[in-house]
Amino acid sequence: MSRIDVRKTYKLFIGGQFPRSESGHSYEVLDSRGRFVANAALASRKDARDAVVAARKAFPGWSGRTAYNRGQVVYRIAEVMEDRRPQFVEALRRGEGRTSAAAGKVLDGAIDRLVWYAGWADKLAQVVGNANPVAGPFFNLSTPEPTGVVAVLAPRESSLLGLVSVVAPVIVSGNTVVVTASPDRPLPAVTFAEVLATSDVPAGVVNLLTGSLDRTAATLASHMDVNAIDLTGLAADAEQATALEVEAAANLKRVRRAPAAEPDWSEDPGLDRMTDVLETKTVWHPIGV
Amino acid sequence: MTSTATPTTAAGNDWADVTASESSLRRFLHGLPGVDQVGAEQRAAGLGTRSIKTSAKAFAIDLAISMVDLTTLEGQDTRGKVRALAAKAVRPDPSDPTCPSVAALCVYPDMVATAKAALGTSGVRVASVATAFPSGRAAMDVKLADTREAVAAGADEIDMVIDRGAFLAGHYLQVFEEIAAVRAACARPDGQSAHLKVIMETGELQTYDNVRRVSWLAMMAGAHFIKTSTGKVQPAATLPVTLVMLEAVRDYREQTGRRVGVKPAGGIRSSKDAIKYLVMVNEVAGADWLVPEWFRFGASTLLNDLLMQRTRLATGRYSGPDYFTLD
Amino acid sequence: MSTFEYAPAPESRSIVDIAPSYGLFVNGEFVDGHGHSFKSISPSTEEVLAEIAEADETDVDLAVRAARRAHSRVWGRMPGKERAKYLFRIARIIQERGRELAVLESIDNGKPIKETRDVDVPIAAAHFFYYAGWADKLEYSGYGTESVGVAGQVIPWNFPLLMLSWKIAPALACGNTVVLKPAETTPLTALLFAEICQQADLPPGVVNIITGAGETGRALVSHPDVDKVAFTGSTEVGRSIARSVAGTSKRVTLELGGKAANIVFDDAPVDQAVEGIVNGIFFNQGHVCCAGSRLLVQESVADDVLDRLKRRMSTLRVGDPLDKNTDVGAINSAEQLAKIRELSAIGEDEGAERWAAPCELPEHGFWFPPTLFTGVTQAHRIAREEIFGPVLSVLTFRTPSEAIEKANNTPYGLSAGVWTDKGSRILKMAGALRAGVVWANTFNKFDPTSPFGGYKESGYGREGGRHGLAGYLKGEARR
Repeated sequence: MSRIDVRKTYKLFIGGQFPRSESGHSYEVLDSRGRFVANAALASRKDARDAVVAARKAFPGWSGRTAYNRGQVVYRIAEVMEDRRPQFVEALRRGEGRTSAAAGKVLDGAIDRLVWYAGWADKLAQVVGNANPVAGPFFNLSTPEPTGVVAVLAPRESSLLGLVSVVAPVIVSGNTVVVTASPDRPLPAVTFAEVLATSDVPAGVVNLLTGSLDRTAATLASHMDVNAIDLTGLAADAEQATALEVEAAANLKRVRRAPAAEPDWSEDPGLDRMTDVLETKTVWHPIGV
Repeated sequence: MTSTATPTTAAGNDWADVTASESSLRRFLHGLPGVDQVGAEQRAAGLGTRSIKTSAKAFAIDLAISMVDLTTLEGQDTRGKVRALAAKAVRPDPSDPTCPSVAALCVYPDMVATAKAALGTSGVRVASVATAFPSGRAAMDVKLADTREAVAAGADEIDMVIDRGAFLAGHYLQVFEEIAAVRAACARPDGQSAHLKVIMETGELQTYDNVRRVSWLAMMAGAHFIKTSTGKVQPAATLPVTLVMLEAVRDYREQTGRRVGVKPAGGIRSSKDAIKYLVMVNEVAGADWLVPEWFRFGASTLLNDLLMQRTRLATGRYSGPDYFTLD
Repeated sequence: MSTFEYAPAPESRSIVDIAPSYGLFVNGEFVDGHGHSFKSISPSTEEVLAEIAEADETDVDLAVRAARRAHSRVWGRMPGKERAKYLFRIARIIQERGRELAVLESIDNGKPIKETRDVDVPIAAAHFFYYAGWADKLEYSGYGTESVGVAGQVIPWNFPLLMLSWKIAPALACGNTVVLKPAETTPLTALLFAEICQQADLPPGVVNIITGAGETGRALVSHPDVDKVAFTGSTEVGRSIARSVAGTSKRVTLELGGKAANIVFDDAPVDQAVEGIVNGIFFNQGHVCCAGSRLLVQESVADDVLDRLKRRMSTLRVGDPLDKNTDVGAINSAEQLAKIRELSAIGEDEGAERWAAPCELPEHGFWFPPTLFTGVTQAHRIAREEIFGPVLSVLTFRTPSEAIEKANNTPYGLSAGVWTDKGSRILKMAGALRAGVVWANTFNKFDPTSPFGGYKESGYGREGGRHGLAGYLKGEARR
């Protein structure tokens, strides 16, 4: 008799813990051919709120770290992912229906993206901040600061590279994030969360929700303690994106609107995913003796 | 003067705790609130934008004239020059009897007797610089002798200079004791005392923090007036320096009940400038400082400009230097 | 006269020529509106200054069309170095007509001539100078070189000309055309600016000025052919704009309300701190979104600071805005005065202690004396809501962490002040305060090179400096 394998339970990732949904609900995740793969946690509104609380709690510590340290922490994620290649390749093969070779390429892209963003941590302020030569005896400096707690609706199609491409730019500058995984392809995201848990990322910096956006997105968009929201996961769903943008206005969240179609994640990302969740702080001080 | 005994001041407030030692005095002076240079200068500039017109201007000009310490402190001074200036001090505008006299005539100690005689009973006081003016670099007994001689010759007011070197070297107690000793030397046999103005030479002190500290040092040591400059060092009086000093006398009175006067000296040449100072006195120290007893201008050329402006206000015509005495 | 009373020193009004009525400035010409008209009055006398056309939807549409034409045919295609010259011209004309603009602004807004003369007008000119120089250097900005298109801009009544310059200068430098709506209580300097555009021979349609109130503003920001919305005003209106642009591709920058903490530590340079407190809340009658309306003073020096503050407030000269010695002018409108009175009454009802500087207020017009409330806690409405008037709420703190916590405990995040002589503490505080502008040992300083804008509900986007270009260029890095 062959050995019965031990199946994995896919859970949420909130405040460094892996809870099941407080609602007790889960949903069936199918592979690209429609076959059952696993049950994943179906995050509730309450889970979304808990995730925001965890992200807020983590914000002072994470944003207060040195940029050098944040860069190292993000780089460490890449290291640990590299170490788990087979697991990610398998997840991508099943979830996105790719060949092993193609899945490997996507994984390469995801890891390389993390490395790219890791390096930005201690350069961003130099590129987007500047001294201002005001007409008076004042020191005047503009520097970027993280916006705070950012909600991100990760893309639906690209479940790993897309996820990494929307999370890394948010956290590298010191924001904390609540990210909703691709509803149909949540498994790479959960594995990614396991990587986060075993790397050096402090609890609460990244919080991951799986399940239907219907339950969580509106909660995040209307939450008064969320400072910004990225609607990328609503590509081509203009109606819901508009509804969430309206909700987001309640506390004047910074909104990154949904694109018309899911972007090609292999392209050079540019700065805007980082700068969209930065505030510019300008400090004045007299110059005298 | 030795540093063994702490001089008691005539200030009526006991600073014995503060002046008990170099370190306690240092702690006190460095515990005074700092002065932000840019903020102080902007406040002074802001007050300088007040627009003083018509009746207010006429009032201010007469007030300014009455606050002038008409000054001659030149190596080439002679008795004749002092007598001429005395005449001008009493009647700045001989053609207009309503023009007030100035507050005082300020001369070197050897000219005090001449000045005193020339001014007679006019009410214009005689101020004498002393203590090895302007550098202050002389032995203590020489400085005290200088002071006593001027007082004996009839000086109503003594304008002493502090030892800036000692202050900048951090010897605060030495500076304090010197001022207190000079103050004691201002005593007259009749039990009265010549008024002591303490010249800080703010141009050498460089920072407003130092100006504030010396202001307090001088007030605690019994100064009747604190004065910006000798007129021999640039920059001399400026609006922000005077602002810091006015804040000091205001705070000192608040704390002790004793009032101290302020005298900016050097570099104030126009009526417009003088009025800016008066505005500052009015709004920083308060209107009750706006009397010659508590505010003076140490100046020479300022007087003629005040007189020209005064004539202009009275006649509606702009005057020229030919119509005023050049002394 | 035996005391030093300052005689009245009024700036002459004769330099300005206010017409009995004004139309809209569309496509380079003044035209009649299709809507009703309204009156602009002088807040210091309640005298009617002029009849102003109220733009309706048709007028808004005509203005947006004019701006679109100008963008696609002229301005969007013009080389940056040529656009620059127009902006330099405008800057020069503002300087040349500075006195006229200052007097007109004082009359229409109620703010002291001292401020319009020394702050509003010179900084407005400086904004045009600064952004003029950017027009042909955009490739170095980091935001690309491509203009966004037509900008719909809505500005408030507190700094009418200055806010106009903050909006129009960067927009034009980047190759956009604009439709700008000044506030209904203060339209006159914007209309004079329209005349300046004519004097500068600015091509028709590049700048369009439409007057009106909330409805006109709504029509402008929701016009489908507006590519970029720039708004300065209340958080409430900002929220509704954010909703109205949802689902569109419009770019938005919002500069909204604030409730800034001005934090005074026990080692502060106290006399300058007092000046900073006064300047922070009584500058422009407190009609300043970044006003230091919450004084947080360390408990150990609170009594001393308050004594000094009250003494200083007692020297503030409240009255005729055109008198060169006036420090505090008129409240901009009856409506605003009512709001200030209401919140002040609530402050008293909630148990805070009210103190107002002794001053005689003129009989006519809208006036409110410089006022402070002590015994205020974070729970009081006057510590949370923007009063937008000369009313200071005084709170105390014991430790730096308490100061930071209280300062940040607000949905706003526009500005903050910190006063201390300790360098490392300044940097710590500057880092910890969640606000877009931190003034350390100074307050309410503005400069065209210095970005301005808020965190949280104080809005998003920056105006001023290199960052101020971001909202008007299609480049990728947006903030």
